[in-house]
Amino acid sequence: MKARRLLFVLQAAFTILIAAFLIVPAVMSMVAGVTTNYAKGVSSGLTSAWIFQVWDLYADTIGRSILIALATLTCTLLIGIPAAYALHTIGGRTGRLIEELITLPLAVPGLAIALALILTYGEFGAFRQSSLFILAGHVVFTLPFMVRSIIAILGAIDVQTLEEGAASLGAPPWRRFVDVVVPNARPGILAGSLMVVTLSLGEFNLTWMLHTPLTKTLPVGLADSYASMRLEVASAYTLIFFIMIVPLLVAMEMIGRRSSKTGLLL
Amino acid sequence: MPRRLFVGFCLVPLGIVVLAFFVLPLVRLLQVGASGADGLAAYWAILTTPRYRESLVATLALAIATTLSTLIVATIAGLFLQRNAFPGRSLLIAMLTFPLAFPGVVVGFMIILLAGRLGLVADVARILTGQRLVLAYSASGLFLGYLYFSIPRVILTVMASVEKLDPSLEEAARALGAGPWAVHRDVILPALTPAFVASGAIAFATAMGAFGTAFTLAGRSDVLPMVIYTEFTLNANIPMAAALSFGLGTVTWLALALARSLGGSSVAATG
Repeated sequence: MKARRLLFVLQAAFTILIAAFLIVPAVMSMVAGVTTNYAKGVSSGLTSAWIFQVWDLYADTIGRSILIALATLTCTLLIGIPAAYALHTIGGRTGRLIEELITLPLAVPGLAIALALILTYGEFGAFRQSSLFILAGHVVFTLPFMVRSIIAILGAIDVQTLEEGAASLGAPPWRRFVDVVVPNARPGILAGSLMVVTLSLGEFNLTWMLHTPLTKTLPVGLADSYASMRLEVASAYTLIFFIMIVPLLVAMEMIGRRSSKTGLLL
Repeated sequence: MPRRLFVGFCLVPLGIVVLAFFVLPLVRLLQVGASGADGLAAYWAILTTPRYRESLVATLALAIATTLSTLIVATIAGLFLQRNAFPGRSLLIAMLTFPLAFPGVVVGFMIILLAGRLGLVADVARILTGQRLVLAYSASGLFLGYLYFSIPRVILTVMASVEKLDPSLEEAARALGAGPWAVHRDVILPALTPAFVASGAIAFATAMGAFGTAFTLAGRSDVLPMVIYTEFTLNANIPMAAALSFGLGTVTWLALALARSLGGSSVAATG
C-alpha cells in the first residue's frame, strides 16, 4: 500500500512538472506582453502600450490571417464535403487509395510543399504576389483534416438507409446529397471546420516560404517580431494570437467530448 | 443525373486542387532536384556530401531522441491521468493539451522565454551556480522545443488507448501473483504498443520536418529544414534545396507509412 502511495505521488509530481514545462512559458509570455519592463519584472508596472504598438505595426497581418483562414474554410468546405461523400460512397480500395493520396500533404513537410509550389507557380507573377498563393498552400494542407473528419461521421451514421429512404420518395442524387447527407454530417463538418481555421491561423512552415512583404500573415509577423522586436512587443503579439485561438480550442474540446460520449472518434 | 455520375462529379473539385497544387508541384520538385549540375546524382549527394549527410544524421538523431523521450513522458503522465481521479485532473489535462495548436514559431518563443537570456532557467541557474545558463539557442534548446510540441499530441493518443485497455487482463495478472511492475511490463505496455507506434511515428515525422521552431531559435544547429532553407534563400542552390526537400519528404512519409502498415492510424499535423 505504501509503495502504491509513493508511486502516486511520484507520478503526480512528474505530471505536474511536465504541465509546468508547457504552461509556464505561455503564462510568462502573457505577463510579459502587459509588463512595462520585463527585465525588471512585473513590479515595473502593467501597461497596454505594447498591445497598441503591436496593433499599429501588425494589424494588417492579423486581418489577412483571418481572411485567409475564412477563405481556406470556404474552399475546404466546397471541395471537402462532396469529396468526403464520394469517397465514402465509393469505399473499398479505390476510396482508400484516393484518401491516402490526399492525406499525403500531411506526411510531407510544409517546407517541401512550399518549395514545390514556388518552383511550379513562381513564374506567374500576379498569383505569386497575391494572398491567393498562400491560400492554395493552406487549402492543400488543411483539406485532409476536413475530408477525414466528414468521412469519420459518414462512417458512423447509416448513410445508405437514409439515402434509400430519400430515393424511394423520388429525390434525385443531388437532392439526397444536399437535403439528407449534408445535414446528417453536420457534427463532422463542424469539427473539421474548427480544425481547418485553427491550422490555417497558425500555419507557418508553408506560409513563411510563400509570403511576400505585402502578404504577411500573423505567424509570419510573429517570427518577424521574435527576431527584431523587444521581448514585450513579441509577447504582446503572441498574447493576441492566444486570444484568437483559445475559443477555437475550447470549442473543439467541447465537440470532442460530446462525440466521444456518442462513440465517435473524430 | 444517375447516381454514379453524381458521385464522380463530387470528386472533380478535389481532383483539380490536388493535381494542380500538390501532385504537379511534387513532380516539378523531383524534376528540379535532378536539374542541377550533377543531375540525378544530386539525390545521392544527400548521403555523400559531408555537410548534408551530417545534417541528415543530426536531424535523425534529434527526431529519434525527441520521439523516445516524448513516448516515455507521455506514457507516465497519460497512465497517471487516465488511472487516477483527483481534484484538478481536468485542469491538468487542459494544461497538457493547450499547446496543441501552437505553431512552431510560437513554440520557439516559449523556449526562448524558458531558457533564453532573460529566461527562467537562466535565473534559476544564476541563483544556484552564479552563472547564467542559456540553453535556448543550442541543440538542447531545439530538443526542448521539439519535446514541447510533441508531448500534447502523443499524450492524447496514449490516454485514449489507456482508456480502452481491458481491466480484466490486469486483474488476471494480479490474481496470478504479478506485482505492479510485472503488470506494467507484461500487460499494460504491450497493450499500448500500437498507440506507441502510431503516435511515435507522428512525433518523429513532425520533428524531422519542423521548421518554425528551428527558425525562431536559429542557433548553430543545422537541422535539415534549416539547411534546405539556407540553400534556397542564401545560396540560391535551388536544385539542391529541391533534392533535399524531396529526400526529407520521403523519410517522413516512409516513417508514417511504416507505422500505418504496422497497424496504427496516423495523421500528422505539423504547425
